[in-house]
Parts: sequence; structure tokens; C-alpha cells
Amino acid sequence: MSSRDKILNAIAANQPDLVAPPTIDLDTVISYEDNYTQFKKVLEGIGGKVELLSDIAILNNQIQKDKASGQLVINMIDDVDKQIVMLTSFELEKLEKVYLRATLGVAENGSVWLYESQMGNRLLPFICQHLMLVIHKKDIVTTMHHAYQQIDIAKEGFGVFIAGPSKTADIEQSLVIGAHGARTATIYVVE
Amino acid sequence: MTPKHADLAEQFITDEPRTNWHDETLWFVREKRDKAVHGIPEWEDLREWGSQIKNHSLSNLSQYLKEFEEKATANGIQIHWAATGEEHNQIIHKIIQKNNIQRIVKSKSMLTEECHLNDYLEHRGIEVVDSDLGERIVQFRKEAPSHIVLPAIHLKKQDVSETFHEHLNTEKGNNDPQYLTEAARGHLRDKFVESELSITGVNFAIAETGGFVVCTNEGNADMGAHSAAVHIACMGFEKIIPKAEHLAVFLRLLARSATGQPITTFSSHFQKPRDGQEMHIVIVDNGRSTQLGREDFRNSLKCIRCAACFNTCPVYRRSGGHSYHTSTAGPIGSILNPNLDMKANSDLPFASTLCGSCTNVCPVKINIHEQLWKWRQEIVKNGYVDTTKKIGMNGMAVLFSYPAIYRLTGKIGRWVMRVVPFITNNQLNPWYKQREMPKPPKESFRDWYKKNGNSQKN
Ligand code: SF4
Repeated sequence: MSSRDKILNAIAANQPDLVAPPTIDLDTVISYEDNYTQFKKVLEGIGGKVELLSDIAILNNQIQKDKASGQLVINMIDDVDKQIVMLTSFELEKLEKVYLRATLGVAENGSVWLYESQMGNRLLPFICQHLMLVIHKKDIVTTMHHAYQQIDIAKEGFGVFIAGPSKTADIEQSLVIGAHGARTATIYVVE
Repeated sequence: MTPKHADLAEQFITDEPRTNWHDETLWFVREKRDKAVHGIPEWEDLREWGSQIKNHSLSNLSQYLKEFEEKATANGIQIHWAATGEEHNQIIHKIIQKNNIQRIVKSKSMLTEECHLNDYLEHRGIEVVDSDLGERIVQFRKEAPSHIVLPAIHLKKQDVSETFHEHLNTEKGNNDPQYLTEAARGHLRDKFVESELSITGVNFAIAETGGFVVCTNEGNADMGAHSAAVHIACMGFEKIIPKAEHLAVFLRLLARSATGQPITTFSSHFQKPRDGQEMHIVIVDNGRSTQLGREDFRNSLKCIRCAACFNTCPVYRRSGGHSYHTSTAGPIGSILNPNLDMKANSDLPFASTLCGSCTNVCPVKINIHEQLWKWRQEIVKNGYVDTTKKIGMNGMAVLFSYPAIYRLTGKIGRWVMRVVPFITNNQLNPWYKQREMPKPPKESFRDWYKKNGNSQKN
């Protein structure tokens, strides 16, 4: 018998009688007076930055300046560049800044959800030195339950919740920002 | 024979300041957990939901695994099944050979530790680089992780500094965590971009979608998986949950219980391999199906590996993870390991005060301390308890069944401890180790009650 069948048979023989899954009552779940304020508070508490923008056009200036700096800067807020999809990790290791659009933010934990299509290349949000993400204020939901109601994790090949910059506390529990991935994470919230 | 917990713990506590520091550091993490939990008014509901989802998953596990296999295969992921740790290692070795791969990075996976994958591959001339900072530190030192979430929690920054000086050529005596992390960042980024194959663990596998979720703070799983041409994810079969919406419950519970964070920095949802990439999932049994059949212990398969039970455990905090001599230490390890090898791990269920703190913090409501107590009975029944403990316990059994002898021994004991205390306060009495013996009372409670019980009533 194959290991597959052996394992599945053993499980079937040993698993307990069927019990029902719970009903998750979202009425008992926390709510906030203002999801944006909560999102900002939590995200800043875990090392992220939040900037409120009245208009996304304000960013363009900054992106132009960044691009002029001579460092590798990728902007995918409006359009996913097919070239970038093809870049290897060797090439992306030089990536200084990346601007990406995200789907939604979560007030309870300061995370934002990104689909693969918003990154173009799965490595971008992880390998860059500085991560810049854009969401709309109305797209900040209260909790993870609400987030999963709005996203479809099976829609694309990959997706991720990101909460602030990469970090570690593996050396004597001292928090160090920028372990392998982004050293800063800025979320631009457009009103 | 493997050294026993008590002996290894004894070695650990010879350095008293370090023991105290270890204890305080973990208690600090436990306090962070408390603070995070208090911010969620529905915390107890969340735990209940988490527990019930896992109960449900276990009760329908064979179906969910088949569903997962079918969906994942349709997503272009190759599924492998490993009945044992050895088979798990063989499967991975084969994939490496087939693709003729030299450079491998691995992100933290306690399952690969459980199967001793690194050793297995090393014996076959293949080197794996652990990419989680804590894991890399212990790997350099040729040690095992001492904690499932904080692998290098037993080390001080001086230790890390010396290790990095030796292996990464960092400045001698520079103990700054920022500086040391920066050195590791540079070193590991080189490894990531060069890597051809990446091995990760799995935090949750979703039957409904055939995808899986990996949670990290450093982003190392992603750096590896998205760089390499081949990605192998390894999971114990109990990682299955039914639906995507259930992830909400577990992602809310996991990081808060583990480190007091509202969520890990990266919660990555893998659904399909990227274009041109090979993706494999190895589903491992290695004793889990046996545990599923043990009614008293099957609850342990609900564990989401947050380590909250480690951080709160008064024994773990003071004895260090290595004293458990198994890949998963702490209270939950003491339940899982006797299932794998009852004889070799018969000491572990006794490495607990049974205070119940582990049970109180467990996000999926595993009755940890009750299971430890049940294992003790199992172990005694199977005759795996060591001789001193057995003599002691048999003696107690006699004592408790003959009240007159019990009273007489009590009297003698009190007299002896009062008049000649050195008889008990010495190294031959195991109970005296690390403890001051109490001053004995003049009379027994029974005698006191006989004298005073009546007068108090009136
Ligand atoms: S037993 Fe509970 S508290 Fe311990 S690691 Fe598992 S889930 Fe966490």
C-alpha cells in the first residue's frame, strides 16, 4: 500500500466522530469608532508609517524625485510593468523602493492585503529596502473576519497580509527592524 | 540512552544569573501576550472557535486531506505523502537530486527538525542554510533550537556576537543586536538570491482552496520561496483547516499568543506555483495518526505552535528548551514526544508542575496539564518510570493505605526534621535539591484538629 493510502486509512480509522464546526457570530466581535484611527495607531505601534493623502496625485512628485535619485525605484500604483515580472532575484536585490497598490487594510492589526497581480513579481514587497503601499480609506475593514469576506485567497497564485516592516527579535529579544525584507513600510491612505 | 530532563535541567541551572535571565525573558513575552489579549474583548470566544474548528477538522480529517490534495493538485502543486520522518527526508532528497540542486535555503519549520532533515541531507553531502535569524544562529553553533518560536532564546547577545565573529567575521566584542542583525541580513540575502530550492513549513493548509499559509516576521520564507525555482513546503497532516474564512480566527490567535503582536509581519498565502516554478507539498504522518487514535491525547493535534505554553511554564522557563532533549520542547512537546517514543521520553510528562497555566493560555484550548497527568499514568502503567520514582511511589501507596503507619511515619518525620535536620537537608534527598526544606510543625494537622476542632465549633 502506498504511504498515501496507509496514512489516510489510519486517519479514517482513528479520527473521532464527526462534530460540527462552530458558527462564528460577528456581532460579538470588536468594533472601533474609527477604523482609520485604529489602523494608524496599531501600524505605528509595530513600526510602520501611515500618511493620509487627500489626493493620490500628491505622491507623483515624490516618485519622480525618487526615480531621479539614480537608485532602482519601481512604481506600480497605476500599472503593472510586464518587464518587472521577469526580473530575477539578483536584479531585484538592488531594489531601493517600490510603490504598490493594496486591496484593503485591517484596523485591528495594521496589516494590508496584496494580491499577486498588485505586486507583479512576488518578490517585490519582500526584497525591496523600502515598501510604499497605497490603500483607500474606505477599504480599511475592522477585523480579519471582515477582511476574508472581501478577499478571495484562491483567486490568484499568491497573496499576502503585510503588517509593517520586516523585523526580528531573535537576539536577546531586542527588536530590530529590517531583518531580511523592507526596512521601512509606509502606507499611504487616500481619502 | 538519552540524558533525562532532570539531569539536563540541573546543568542549565548551574549558571544562576543566566537561569534568572531566561526565566524573566520568557515571562516578558508572556506579559506581552497578556497585553495583546486584553485588547480583544471576544478573546474567549475566539479561543472557543479556534478549538471547535480544530475539533471539527480532526473529526473529518481524512476527507479534508483528500479535498486538499485534489485542489492543490489542480492548482499545479505536487503532493507527496510521508508515513515517517525518514520518508519525508527521502522525498526531499529525491526532489533535490532530480533537479540537480546545490544551493538550498530553509525557513523555520519544526517539522523538518522533528525529522532531522538537515542531518539527513548533510550525510549525503547537501548543505541547507537555515534562514530565520534565530535558526541561523543555532545552526552556526551546531545546536538545536531551544524554543519553537524563538529558537535562540537561550543565548545572550555576547554568545551571538562570538558566533558571528567566528562565522561572519563581524567585529569581535560588538554585541549590538542591530549591528549583528545587519551582518546576518547581508549574509542571508546573498544566500536567498543564489538559492535554487527553498524549503518552508506550513502554518495552515486550507482544504477548500488547496493552498497554504506561512507566517513569519522576517519575510525569510518569502525571500526563499519567491527566489528559488523549486519550493517544497512540509506539513504535519494536522495543519489542515476547512475553509479560508477560518484563517481569520487562527491569524487573530496565533501572533497574539506567540509574541503579543497583533499579527505576524507577513502572512503569506500560497495558492499556485509562480510561472516556471515547481511547488511541492510533503504531508507527514510520523506518529500523528497514532496520536489521533489515542482519545486522551488527540487534542494535542490541535496545536498551532504558538509556544504560549512554553513562555508561561515555570519549568520550561527555568530549565531551558534543550533540557527536553526533543525537537519540540515545553508543555506541548512533553505530550507529543511520548507518543513518538514512550520509553525515551518517559521523563517529559514529569517535567511539569501541573499548575495549569499552559492550559489557560492555549489559544485552541488544549487541556495540556490534564494530558501531562494522563501521560504520567500511562508511563507508570507501562513500567517506564525510573526506579527511584517507582520505589517512592510504591512506598507512598503503602503509606496511604495504612493510616496508622502514615501517622507514625509522620510523627517520626517531624521529629527527625526538627531535631536532626541534616538528615533531610542533604544532597541524598532529591527533594532538597534547589529547595530549602520547610520547618516542620510540632504536631500533625490531625492532632491539632483533634485538640482544637471541637472547641472551635462551639
Ligand atoms: S499547545 Fe496551545 S499554547 Fe502550546 S504551542 Fe500549541 S497552541 Fe500554543
